[in-house]
Amino acid sequence: MEKTKYKNIVDKNTPKENTFYDCLVAFVTGGLMGILAEILIEFYQNLLDIPFKSATVCMLVTLITLSCLFTCFGFFDKWVNFCKCGLIIPITGFAHATMSAALEYRKEGLVTGIGANMLKLSGAVIIFGVVSSWLFSIIRLVVGLA
Amino acid sequence: MIYFNSFIFAGLVCAIAQFILSKTKLTPGHVTVIFVCLGAFLDIFNIYDKLILWAGGGALVPITSFGHMLTHGEIAGYETEGFMGILGGTFNLTSAGITAAIVVSFFLALIFKPKD
Repeated sequence: MEKTKYKNIVDKNTPKENTFYDCLVAFVTGGLMGILAEILIEFYQNLLDIPFKSATVCMLVTLITLSCLFTCFGFFDKWVNFCKCGLIIPITGFAHATMSAALEYRKEGLVTGIGANMLKLSGAVIIFGVVSSWLFSIIRLVVGLA
Repeated sequence: MIYFNSFIFAGLVCAIAQFILSKTKLTPGHVTVIFVCLGAFLDIFNIYDKLILWAGGGALVPITSFGHMLTHGEIAGYETEGFMGILGGTFNLTSAGITAAIVVSFFLALIFKPKD
């Protein structure tokens, strides 16, 4: 078969992704996550009298716990498939990656399964975050902006 | 007004990430790593602190704030402890999130069975 014909068939059969629609869904769901975070911060600050710094930590912990729970009940995966980056980029994506890796490797035992593989997906975030922030803070100190 | 700002900011970050994910062949892991590095970079000139003042929770919930907190902790550590504070202060602000994610998912993985 000729290469152009083959390419035509491949193009016809790959599922079409509407970039604009996906971006719009990610925009709306990501924005709603932002509003939810702001509501949680205000709730902790005003009703429970927690200072702003601790209120942000409480907000992050609440969102992480909720997304771990929803992943366990099984319907968070469907939401991620629909919203894509609207749920991957907020902190919920980090928790979802950790939780699904822990669930998946549960059957291989506590140490060799959960312990060794829990950070399989989300470890990249921690490692690249630490390396890049170390580099950037060295740069900032050398430049003398501190 | 701050609700509107947080909607716009968090939505824009997610939409840009979705655009990168759709137009290139990168996986969601790559996109997340790009945004963490971006957040760490934006903290050099204190840009991200202004964004948090402007957008509130909308700037704190995307993964960019994770990178921002890492750099922020290192610079705060340098100011209090000197040069070793860069190594010691890295996780000062982010440890709560990481610990919560690890502890919660450890105990939930003991309770629940994976669903296909």
